[in-house]
Amino acid sequence: MADIRSNFVGIKSPNPFWLASAPPTDKAYNVERAFKAGWGGVVWKTLGEEGPPVVNVNGPRYGAIWGADRRLLGLNNIELITDRDLYLNLREIKQVKKNWPDRALIVSLMVPCEEQAWKAILPLVEETEADGIELNFGCPHGMSERGMGSAVGQVPEYVEMVVRWCKQTTRMPVITKLTPNITDVRKPARAAHAGGTDAVSLINTINSITGVDLDSFAPEPTIDGKGSHGGYCGPAVKPIALNMVAEIARDPETAGLPISGIGGVTTWRDAAEFLALGAGTVQVCTAAMTYGFKIVEEMIEGLENWMDAKGHTTLDDVIGRATPNVTDWQYLNLNYVTKARIDQDQCIKCGRCHIACEDTSHQAITAMVDGKRHFEVMEEECVGCNLCVNVCPVEGCIDMVPLAAGALDKRTGETVQPVYANWTTHPNNPAKVAAE
Amino acid sequence: MADGLYADGIAAGRLSGEEYDRNFSDLHPPLDRHEAAVEADRCYFCFDAPCMTACPTSIDIPMFIRQIATDNPLGSARTIFDQNILGGMCARVCPTETLCEEACVREEAEGKPVQIGRLQRYATDAAMAVGAQFYERAAPTGKRVAIVGAGPAGLACAHRLAMHGHDVTIFEARSKPGGLNEFGIAVYKTPDGFAQAEVDYVMAIGGITLEEGKALGRDFSLGDLSRDFDAVFLGMGLAGVNALGADGEDVEGVESAVDYIAHLRQAQDLASLPIGRRVVVIGGGMTAIDAAVQARLLGAEEVTICYRRGQEHMNASEFEQDLAASKGVVIRHWLQPQRILAENGKVTGIELEYTALKDGKLSGTGETLTLRADQVFKAIGQSFEAGVLNGSGASISLEGRRIKVDEEGRTSLSKVWAGGDCIAGGDDLTVSAVAQGRDAAESIHRALAG
Repeated sequence: MADIRSNFVGIKSPNPFWLASAPPTDKAYNVERAFKAGWGGVVWKTLGEEGPPVVNVNGPRYGAIWGADRRLLGLNNIELITDRDLYLNLREIKQVKKNWPDRALIVSLMVPCEEQAWKAILPLVEETEADGIELNFGCPHGMSERGMGSAVGQVPEYVEMVVRWCKQTTRMPVITKLTPNITDVRKPARAAHAGGTDAVSLINTINSITGVDLDSFAPEPTIDGKGSHGGYCGPAVKPIALNMVAEIARDPETAGLPISGIGGVTTWRDAAEFLALGAGTVQVCTAAMTYGFKIVEEMIEGLENWMDAKGHTTLDDVIGRATPNVTDWQYLNLNYVTKARIDQDQCIKCGRCHIACEDTSHQAITAMVDGKRHFEVMEEECVGCNLCVNVCPVEGCIDMVPLAAGALDKRTGETVQPVYANWTTHPNNPAKVAAE
Repeated sequence: MADGLYADGIAAGRLSGEEYDRNFSDLHPPLDRHEAAVEADRCYFCFDAPCMTACPTSIDIPMFIRQIATDNPLGSARTIFDQNILGGMCARVCPTETLCEEACVREEAEGKPVQIGRLQRYATDAAMAVGAQFYERAAPTGKRVAIVGAGPAGLACAHRLAMHGHDVTIFEARSKPGGLNEFGIAVYKTPDGFAQAEVDYVMAIGGITLEEGKALGRDFSLGDLSRDFDAVFLGMGLAGVNALGADGEDVEGVESAVDYIAHLRQAQDLASLPIGRRVVVIGGGMTAIDAAVQARLLGAEEVTICYRRGQEHMNASEFEQDLAASKGVVIRHWLQPQRILAENGKVTGIELEYTALKDGKLSGTGETLTLRADQVFKAIGQSFEAGVLNGSGASISLEGRRIKVDEEGRTSLSKVWAGGDCIAGGDDLTVSAVAQGRDAAESIHRALAG
């Protein structure tokens, strides 16, 4: 049986599945339930500085988009950090950690961008014996208007500065949570690294409006006729999160920096993908908010089964295994030639491959052969783009088949070369010389 | 003698009021908004969709389903009505399992086609519920067209002609319009007065005058129509009922299934409808099923359909056969009626002969079977009565004992078109009648414009 115990910057948890700092981790009641359900760790919902707590809106805090059968694909929220008293939270954190010593309990923090504010709260958290802190530099709504959250995360110098304050003040491991609402996520990651962070976690939520009410002409979620952008998360953001994780994992300046992956993790497979791209743990929120805490059972069991099937014995066998395969476009092998192939036995003749190719791509799939409805790839036109695979409703019906070296590419009339050759050496590249 | 359920002979009031209500309520309850959205999401929006090709009226099915999926049921209804103004009835009575849904790629993929019929009903119901009218009449042309028969073919023809600005008069032999939609389809397929509501919806375009109780050959001749109108469309359906060819069928209790269904459809109180305790239905088509199922639903204890060929030869769709079986109807094959048994002028049973196919020819084997019956329904097909067309100038050409038409619905007589069950080569489906009426209207329009 695969061992999925996690040791992330010294923070131990029985599995790599943590609940992200969010409503599910707002208080002892929820966190206790989460630990009972099997979650390996929890990042307690963000604490603010001492004093009157923030207040939330009293109307809708969430908006969503759905797929077929109202399957929730994306969720956005305009909830702020905890609106409960700081000391109530601290007392509960201490008790929960005492009750669950084998679980990871990290405390998310967000206080004004002043050294004194950070230095005031850190000892209070340390006293709870929590395992670590996560700096919330990602929250994109409300708090950012007050100079916190993503307002800090978007300025690498601030990120570095606050991280440094924290590292100088506390013995606890520091995880810096990054915002995706930035052009190049490597910049704040590098800054956090320079400030001495133990790890980064990403992504926080993405600025978003989930929809517009076409009767009131107000954005959703709507509060008394007005709306404000919220933070977007859920399955829809996973591809964005995976890319950002990979960008940091493969950046020479931050390579090796531990990453806690966040963004649309819904199944064991999502988690495994984050791990493969370099995440040491994953954090989950939307999936739990959609289905409840029980989903972690599937995640744990699914990850173990997959690891067993593939012969991976520990998480270290998986973490970062895909990172070296993430590269720049210019290094992709231009001598790798594939052609789509439709398995006629599996084809249900919906014709979506044909119309997608005909209208929007390369006119490489038939609709009619000898007067019969028949969908077949014309290799002389197929550029191997994979669109037909993606629009086909039958998984496995269309394959992209690589041409063997020496085979004729009917489209170009050229023979497939056995050697790797990329754009940097391609004759059409005006910068070819420089690349050599 | 026992009352109610077990009363011998032909008796009314076998069931309680509640049972009648339950038995004759909607066979397929309508989809609600969420159900429709979920089902619509299953559609793959196929290229050159096979469902659309399979539809006799060529409704753009992927488009109307996509419009449902995008919460645009009125747009969806318009897509349907563009091709089939009786899309509401077709949604209820089409044998979709042998048409659009059989062609659905999901049928091939997983054996569960998109429920196109129910989605079509969802959209058309939505439009009819708010009385949304999508078509306006073109400027009046001053041309007048006579239509014989206010059934699906006639109504579809009338609507399209009215759209083009022609003035239409429909002559209907019965006291009510609708044709088989009103008189010939099982109650549970179109409850709550839907057939009349649909007629009203179709007629609402304006420019259509309905003359009820006016029969061709009795109240007017084809010659009259040809003289008084610019064009004529014949959509009078099939008035004749085929005889059993069994000895002694002229006794009390041997009835036409078509007439019985018509009677049932017009009944104000189902409890007043007499039905036999033991009923035998002779035939293998939709009418046989409709009669048999409704006999069961009215409280008949034993209902047996006897068909002279095999299961695979039945005109009734598999769905219909399953429906009958689920309602407790026994379907027996390879039996042909030979003799009606009667006492005191009332049917008491039927003697049937086993049949077999020999060298592709059906013949009796000599072996017989007797079934007790106090009511026998004939459902072995209807026939066209050409007599009403005769005696008024040139006779119309027939083919296979129905009216011969070309691909546009033109008969052998100039100015006369025909469509629906009365023409040769049809498949006796509502949806085909609609297509033929519509296409004949376009042909008439072209002829009148020329």
